[in-house]
Amino acid sequence: MAQKVLMKGNEAIAEAAIRAGCRHYFGYPITPQTEIAAYMAKKMPKIGGVFLQAESEIASINMVYGAAAAGVRVMTSSSSPGISLKSEGLSYIAGSDVPALVVNVQRGGPGLGGIQPSQSDYFQATKGGGHGDYRMIVLAPASVQEMASLTMKGFDLADKYLMTSMILADGTIGQMMEPISFEDAEVNTYEKPWALTGTNCQRKHNVVNSLYLKADELEAKNIERYERYAIVEENEPMWEEYMMEDAEYCVVAYGIASRVAKNAVVAARAEGIKVGLIRPITLWPFPKKALLAAADKVKSFVCVELSMGQMIEDVRLYTECKKPVSLCSRCGGMIPSPEEVLEAIRKAQKGEN
Amino acid sequence: MAVVFQKPKSLADVPLHYCPGCPHGIIHRLVAEAIDELGIEGKTIGVAPVGCAVMAYDYFTVDMIEAAHGRAPATATGIKRSRPENIVFTYQGDGDLASIGMAETVHAAARNENITIIFVNNAIYGMTGGQMAPTSLPGQVTQTSPYGRDVNHCGWPIKVSEMLATLEGPEYITRVAVNNVKNVLAAKKAIKKAFQNQIEGKGFSLVEVVSACPTNWGMTPQQALKWVETDMLPYYPTGVYKDRTAAKEAQE
Repeated sequence: MAQKVLMKGNEAIAEAAIRAGCRHYFGYPITPQTEIAAYMAKKMPKIGGVFLQAESEIASINMVYGAAAAGVRVMTSSSSPGISLKSEGLSYIAGSDVPALVVNVQRGGPGLGGIQPSQSDYFQATKGGGHGDYRMIVLAPASVQEMASLTMKGFDLADKYLMTSMILADGTIGQMMEPISFEDAEVNTYEKPWALTGTNCQRKHNVVNSLYLKADELEAKNIERYERYAIVEENEPMWEEYMMEDAEYCVVAYGIASRVAKNAVVAARAEGIKVGLIRPITLWPFPKKALLAAADKVKSFVCVELSMGQMIEDVRLYTECKKPVSLCSRCGGMIPSPEEVLEAIRKAQKGEN
Repeated sequence: MAVVFQKPKSLADVPLHYCPGCPHGIIHRLVAEAIDELGIEGKTIGVAPVGCAVMAYDYFTVDMIEAAHGRAPATATGIKRSRPENIVFTYQGDGDLASIGMAETVHAAARNENITIIFVNNAIYGMTGGQMAPTSLPGQVTQTSPYGRDVNHCGWPIKVSEMLATLEGPEYITRVAVNNVKNVLAAKKAIKKAFQNQIEGKGFSLVEVVSACPTNWGMTPQQALKWVETDMLPYYPTGVYKDRTAAKEAQE
């Protein structure tokens, strides 16, 4: 059996990144993700890697852009207000089709908001944030183990599809400690013939660029990119189903909210309510098929999230509004108790949603 | 017959989009000549700005990246830290470098990031059609200072070279001009030195090139070059503002 180590969620991300071959980290301090930077600052110099604290989130994401274009595995991490600042760079990285890993350990917003856990950046992560037509692969860990495994997977997917993978975590998972193992660490390497390496006077120059002044060229570029996104949507959705076999009601939750929801599902089962849970692990691509299949068999859905209701829009969209969807949420750093979620499940059973 | 003059290898054989009389073509050529003469065309990576030189990635034959507005020094940092064996330069205008990208510029200089920056100062936003720049002169008429730049309203133009020279970090900060042959030759020397410094691992080297924008200044190319001499250079004097190695050698 693989050796287990006790780690903080944020540190698990950092260690997993190093194990995935990432040797370049550019960041800027912000609570509650600073342990990632601290871990990198300590480790990188000892393994021949680069840790650099940038002057701003904007600078750090543009350093990531440069390093990604130069063909190395590179990452940055931040929390909600910092991700807003990085969004310009995320758009450029998407428009230039280079791979990067970006971590958002979410805190409450909008504005400076607070420093307590939140899931209120769902729209920003899955619908854009930066300008233009683009997508990011959004991975939502629900445990410290997943902080590690999804970070490794994130690098792989980014390289495979030439896009940004975002780890959309939250302050709770970032800060909590759990035993994890790195047993399944598999690292793939990808050829990067497009990378800026210098021509060595052997080939035509490579250009990494998001500018296309001719409208038809820009349109063609966007269409080509969306063809790639369609493959991601087909191949890469990940989700977990819990007690869904005979479920009449379905709770949908991701990240830390899914752990509260799981407790509530167990409690509701003890009361005889046939309820299950679908936990999206990829928020983009959203596990549409799982939701649509559930819509054909359950009576209603309860969406549990730490926001005023963001993922619920996708739940309604991808269940094609076939069944009612109710929202059970807290925000601003508050977390619903299992009892609150249980009450929402009871209401669903009574048809009160 | 001996070839005495030819296009630099590092400059692509394509028509440039710049306006008639624009010195960008001269400055591109100086950069390409320096790269050729140092024999680094195979390992140079260039960073293009947002501004008139936005399409510089089509004009240099070295590997190129197009950065976000003002972020070229950060993007160059990411490249250089990933590939320290490569030679990395940015080519930026005054709006890009001294307005929106001031933080990236100052901090790259403070880190003594081992990159080369070619900073073209023509005192105006050219690409967007002639708005006031951080380097527009007091009283200068632009689209967004139609009554002349009022320093009481929108402040004073920034002397980038003087400012950066106050930092401990950078290796080499110099200002040159391209308004006459003598100055062009001096500019060439400075640009080559800025690349040579990087090859030798000396660190951050910035060459501010005082340039002209006949189109947006509303002048003929000749008038514009005259205006560089009569108005720009008195405010932005040429000279070496910092040269750590030379200063150290002078001390020894």
